[in-house]
Amino acid sequence: MAMTETSDFLELAQVSKFFGSVIALKEVSFGVRPGEIHCLLGDNGAGKSTLIKLLSGVFQPTAGEIRIAGKAVTLASPRNALDQGIATVYQDLATVPLMSIARNFFMGREKTKGRGVLRRLDWDFMNRTARDEMSKMGIDIRDPRQAVGTLSGGERQCLAIARAVHFGARILILDEPTSALGVHQASVVLRLIARAKARGLGVIFITHNVHHAYPIADRFTLLNRAKSLGTFAKAEISREKVTDMMAGGKELVDLEAELEAIAASETAQPTAEPRLKRAAGV
Amino acid sequence: MSAVAHSKMSDERVRAIPTWRFLLGRPELGAVAGTILVFGFFLTFAGDSGMFSAKGIITFLDVSAQVGILAAAVALLMIAGEFDLSIGSMIGFAGIVIAIPAVEWGWPLWSCILLAFLVALVIGFINGYLTISTGLPSFIVTLASMFILRGLTLALTRAATNRTVVSGIGDYAKDDWLAPIFSGYVLKDLFQCMGSLGWLQMRTDGTPLAPGIPMAVVWWMLLTLLGTWILMKTRFGNWIFASGGDPVAARNVGVPVTRVKILLFIGTAFAATLLAVIQVLEAGSADTLRGQLKEFEAIIAVVVGGTLLTGGYGSAIGAALGALIFGTVQMGIFFTGVDTDWFKVFMGAMVLIAVLFNTYVRRKVTYSR
Repeated sequence: MAMTETSDFLELAQVSKFFGSVIALKEVSFGVRPGEIHCLLGDNGAGKSTLIKLLSGVFQPTAGEIRIAGKAVTLASPRNALDQGIATVYQDLATVPLMSIARNFFMGREKTKGRGVLRRLDWDFMNRTARDEMSKMGIDIRDPRQAVGTLSGGERQCLAIARAVHFGARILILDEPTSALGVHQASVVLRLIARAKARGLGVIFITHNVHHAYPIADRFTLLNRAKSLGTFAKAEISREKVTDMMAGGKELVDLEAELEAIAASETAQPTAEPRLKRAAGV
Repeated sequence: MSAVAHSKMSDERVRAIPTWRFLLGRPELGAVAGTILVFGFFLTFAGDSGMFSAKGIITFLDVSAQVGILAAAVALLMIAGEFDLSIGSMIGFAGIVIAIPAVEWGWPLWSCILLAFLVALVIGFINGYLTISTGLPSFIVTLASMFILRGLTLALTRAATNRTVVSGIGDYAKDDWLAPIFSGYVLKDLFQCMGSLGWLQMRTDGTPLAPGIPMAVVWWMLLTLLGTWILMKTRFGNWIFASGGDPVAARNVGVPVTRVKILLFIGTAFAATLLAVIQVLEAGSADTLRGQLKEFEAIIAVVVGGTLLTGGYGSAIGAALGALIFGTVQMGIFFTGVDTDWFKVFMGAMVLIAVLFNTYVRRKVTYSR
């Protein structure tokens, strides 16, 4: 591997995960430090989801170890991982659209005041905190009582990230946070990620968009067909190299050539349209 | 937009939302409008028929309470994203759980009432547990328990008594210490006082025609307040919204969705049992057919009250207003002299309008995103 990972806060050491005869991950090592953005790249089926689920406590590894601050740990459930400082932000599964921002922000960890039968939700505190924490991440909301459904995709990510930070996450796992977003919203989310890093969090950023990953990542780990192709510091690897190493890299080059060939044949003989339609499966 | 002081990074595409649009975000809004409409209608067409005399008001409140007690619990369950179709059968079943030990075996009535609530706890738990553990829709699971409970009610009653109605419970209720909190009236003195001042219609024996507020109405109010408190002021309330809105997201952040839903199924079984106790004491008998269609009446009240069938959104106040509309229309049709057969047509149309309205409101709340 390219690096010795002694300073990693969260670490996977030679971890494998099998589902019956399927090898989902084979002897993968991976780690993230506080204040670092570690980008996990790979095509569909490379094992990214399995790796996230191991880190967020959904699955337990078949072999190998998960370590936090050097000590081997078991992440028994998502809640258990959360309690150990690992927060996962799933793209669509982090917030409830019909609930208010404040209700979402404190979902599962509501703040109460009073005691006994008079124990009740502290709405002043919850509304204020939700607004302040989101504002710290760079997004101003008008009213924390408005439904999350009124927020844009980027703002919802902000809510999920601000929530994780507020409740003491040390490591943030972001699963394809930009894939469903437009250009502007994606840049909002990338800025959020940079802010989380600036606040000392370790960020694991899963994507297959190299253009989103390359500008902000400090390290890259590439997965291909259940195995790690290695971890690289940004200085060691160019954007083109990252693209090439992803399974999609070669295919995109091939596709480009193919498209050029089609375009060329079209200019050569304008009656090629029916053939093109057939090729496109229309 | 002219002199608005912009905070940092405020979005120029955000416009101020008028207050009425904010009010549209409250689930009760449709029910409030519906209530005003219904009362306006009957005040116009049945204003002088006695419907709005003290006796008339107490009567339609009592009818509303029968639905409202169930609706309060059903609202919470539906906000959590589940249905309970078994509550109608639960009413019949709880009735005979009270009546058979009291009449046939000579148990003191209070112990029979406690037994009924214990049985409700078990049945509610089974409904909830089966729904969660099988992953089947609660609609199907409770449809099964609806039939099972109704069948058990008939079979057990016939086996124990050779009849389908157990009567004579009134005698046992007289000296029971627990029965008074489920039957009779409160504020009797106040009504007597108002009667002697000539404000209320009196019987010939000097007691007012409406002797007080029925206990059913008191329970309805209490449960509505409790439901509202839970939804708006407790952690459990937030978990209810989360469980119905998106159970996966809720579980991911540590909301105990399974526990929440099972407790709410127990809640609906309890509400059904409460209504059964009230009815048994009122009628002095337990009828095996009692409670039929009550599950749908409760759902109607809850839906008219603005709760979404898909869960995650709704209110207990809305459910109470839905029940009030239900009771008012039922009695109002009687007082206007229209054939009461039309009642169900009216309620059916009401549900349809309410659902269409709610769907529109939800789109407004989330701005169609």
